[in-house]
Amino acid sequence: MWTLLKKDLLLEWRAREMLPALLLLGTLTLVVLSFAFDPMLPWRREAAPGAFWVALLFAAVYGFGRSFVAEQQNEVLQGLLLAPLDRGTIYLAKATSTLVYLLAADSVLMALFVVFFDVPVHQGLWPWVAATLLASVGLAALGTLFAAISMRTRAREVMLPLLLLPLVVPLFLGGVEVTERCMAGRPLGAASAWLHLMAGFDVAAVVVAWLLFEYVVED
Amino acid sequence: MGKASEIAIETVNLGKRLGVAWALQQVTMRVRPGERVAVLGPNGAGKSTLLRLLATLWKPSSGEVRLFGCSEPHAIPSLRRRLGYVGHNSLLYPQLTVAENLTFYAQLYGVQRAQERVDLLCDKLGLTGWRERPVRSLSRGLEQRTSLARALLHAPDLLLLDEPFTGLDTDASMRVTELVEQVSRAGATVLLATHDFTYAERLCERVVCLRAGTVVYDGPMELPLAGSYAAWVQNDGRREAGA
Repeated sequence: MWTLLKKDLLLEWRAREMLPALLLLGTLTLVVLSFAFDPMLPWRREAAPGAFWVALLFAAVYGFGRSFVAEQQNEVLQGLLLAPLDRGTIYLAKATSTLVYLLAADSVLMALFVVFFDVPVHQGLWPWVAATLLASVGLAALGTLFAAISMRTRAREVMLPLLLLPLVVPLFLGGVEVTERCMAGRPLGAASAWLHLMAGFDVAAVVVAWLLFEYVVED
Repeated sequence: MGKASEIAIETVNLGKRLGVAWALQQVTMRVRPGERVAVLGPNGAGKSTLLRLLATLWKPSSGEVRLFGCSEPHAIPSLRRRLGYVGHNSLLYPQLTVAENLTFYAQLYGVQRAQERVDLLCDKLGLTGWRERPVRSLSRGLEQRTSLARALLHAPDLLLLDEPFTGLDTDASMRVTELVEQVSRAGATVLLATHDFTYAERLCERVVCLRAGTVVYDGPMELPLAGSYAAWVQNDGRREAGA
């Protein structure tokens, strides 16, 4: 798996296919939404968590569409399928590299969000960081699987969000809830259940996607 | 290398449907270890489909493939270590250099002393001067040679070559022919799909002719096929092979 992961990171370093796409769309969404919500509006603070998660989701969906670009050229995916590897290993390596790019984009988007939406950083933001981390794991797990499915379809730009977005609603809702409480300086309370739910969702997503990947990439 | 007693390739009523049409039907053949078999036929005869099925890239729509005695070979990752495949596409990352691609595949196949093996194959295939070039900057012929090096990295027991001479100049074709002969002498089974009778005649002792997805001739290369093959291909395989 390390060989595949190392190759993915080297390719990203050379071609810069995914990280710029994630950063560009995430930043643009945040900027547009920060302009849309007038700073004088009283509900701006309450709407802000939604803006962050919308930006993160849009960026992720756009970025995942480029997950298998390198493997589509010269039918490289066939080369990987010919190797004496379990198909699940190919999936785990691709999902891990996708997660690395997503986490890198997350950190930039979080910093921009703090600036654009005037988030009070002195308050305990760790639950927000944890929610973002958990959401990224689930997104990378399912996004990689659906990117593999959609790369074989003609309308892949439409297919990927259609498949992915409905399934990641629990991650989105949990993320918004936890972020809202963090920003308001309120204790997590019942919202901590969302973090548990997100963690459970991640485990299920990784296991199911790992098991299904073989059937997705095979003829 | 494979045990002499086991059959390298055995297909029984093998068929593959692509969409609504059958690309391959009722193909039954056996290939012994160390044999060099040419799969001949005009465009659309089913040569590439047959090789993809044997390479475990596709699953049969009907019938069965056995490789080295194993049925359902696509389900056995360790069996794929015994296969080498050169297809129409190089299966190489365009952004990586020749050396990076070959080292990557050598590591995937768990090749011992990977660097030495990469160096050796680069030398044999005349790629040494191109090692540090990204694959995307290579000519078709050089990419094809790199693809052959990729397929030979792990010293496979069964080498499946689908039109390996496409885009190669005379010198490169000679190098490839010599290397395939060398691999065969070492005991590997070679299946060469081509529509070029010259290479088939030089490299192989047996020929399987396909027409519209079915086997129309399976036998020694020396039979009357040689004389009529060009006409047979020109005629889109309508004349019976050997007629």
